[in-house]
Amino acid sequence: MKLLRIFWRRLSTPSKAAAGALLAMGFVGGILFWGAFNTGMEATNSEAFCSSCHAPIVLEIRETIHYANRSGVRAICSDCHVPHEWTDKIVRKVQASKELVAWAMGTIDTVEKFEARRGHLAEREWKRMKLNNSQECRNCHDFDYMDFSVQGQRSVAQHSTALASGEKTCIDCHKGIAHRLPDMKGVEGWQ
Amino acid sequence: MRTVTILILLAAGLLPATAQAQDAGTAKIANVNSGGQASLRGLTELDETRPADAFKQIPKDRSPYASAYVYQPPLIPHQIRHYELSTNANKCLSCHSFKNSRESGATKISVTHYATREGQVLSDVSPRRYFCLQCHVPQADAKPLVANDFTPVDSLQ
Repeated sequence: MKLLRIFWRRLSTPSKAAAGALLAMGFVGGILFWGAFNTGMEATNSEAFCSSCHAPIVLEIRETIHYANRSGVRAICSDCHVPHEWTDKIVRKVQASKELVAWAMGTIDTVEKFEARRGHLAEREWKRMKLNNSQECRNCHDFDYMDFSVQGQRSVAQHSTALASGEKTCIDCHKGIAHRLPDMKGVEGWQ
Repeated sequence: MRTVTILILLAAGLLPATAQAQDAGTAKIANVNSGGQASLRGLTELDETRPADAFKQIPKDRSPYASAYVYQPPLIPHQIRHYELSTNANKCLSCHSFKNSRESGATKISVTHYATREGQVLSDVSPRRYFCLQCHVPQADAKPLVANDFTPVDSLQ
C-alpha cells in the first residue's frame, strides 16, 4: 500500500529532467512498446497458437493445396482468417476476445462438440468473406493478374464471367478449399 | 605320424565348409526362384526395394473422353483434387446437378442416377448413386499394363 503511494507520488511529481530528454525517452519507450505489442499480436497469428484450440481444423488443411503444393507458396491460418490491413486486423483481434470466453467455457474442446458447431463456425467465416469481397483470398490471388491463358478451361469460364463482373466472389464457389465442409444442406448457392 | 594324418584329414574336411560359407554370402545365383515376385510391375526380389514409379499426372482440364462401351460411366476429364465427396457435401453435384449444370456448363448427371435398384424414380439423386467416385474416375497418362486390341463398337466410334 505504501509502495503504491510512493509510486504514485513519483509519477505525479514534476521531473527534474529536461523536456527534450523526457520526450526522447518517451519516444524510444513508445517504439519498444509498439514492438512488443506487435510481436505479441503476431504470436496469436501463428499456426501453433490457433491449433491450441482449433486442432481438428488445422489437421484438415494438410490435405489441401494451400498447405503443400507444386510451388511451395502456402498460406497458414492467419493469412486467410486475419485481415492484413492494420485497422481491420485490430478490429478482428478485438472481436476475438469472444473466443477467449469460448475457450474458458470449453465450447469446442471435444471433437464431438466441434463437429456439432462446425456448421455455425463455417457460416460465420463465409459471411465475413462475402462481406469483404473475399479480401483475404485477394491478398494473394490478385484477379487483375490472373493469366487466363494458363488456367484450365473451367477456371477460365468461371473467372472471366462471374468473378470478373463482380457477381460472385471467391468464397461463393471455393467453399471447402482449405478445410472439410460441414453439412451443406440448406447452404445457399451450393446445390 | 598318426596325429599328423588326422590333423591333415581334419583340415581337409574343414576347408570345403569355409569355402561354401563364403560363397553363399556373396554369390548371386541366377535363374533360381529365391522368392522374388514376378508381377505386372516387373520382377522384384524379396530382399530388394526397387525405386518407386513416378506419380501419374492427371490432366488439369481437357475435353470429355469418348465412351468405350455403352453404359460406361464417363471418365472425369478434369482434376478432382480435394473435391469433397462425403455425406456432408458433394462437390461434384455443385456443377453437375440438374440445377447447377445450366449455370456451370457441365454435363448433367443422367436420369439413371435418380432411380432405385427396383426402378422407382426418386425426386433427387438416389443414395446408391450419390458417391460418384465409385464409378467415375479421372484418367491419368498411364500406359496400359497389358497390351490389348480392344476397339469400341461402331456406334460409339
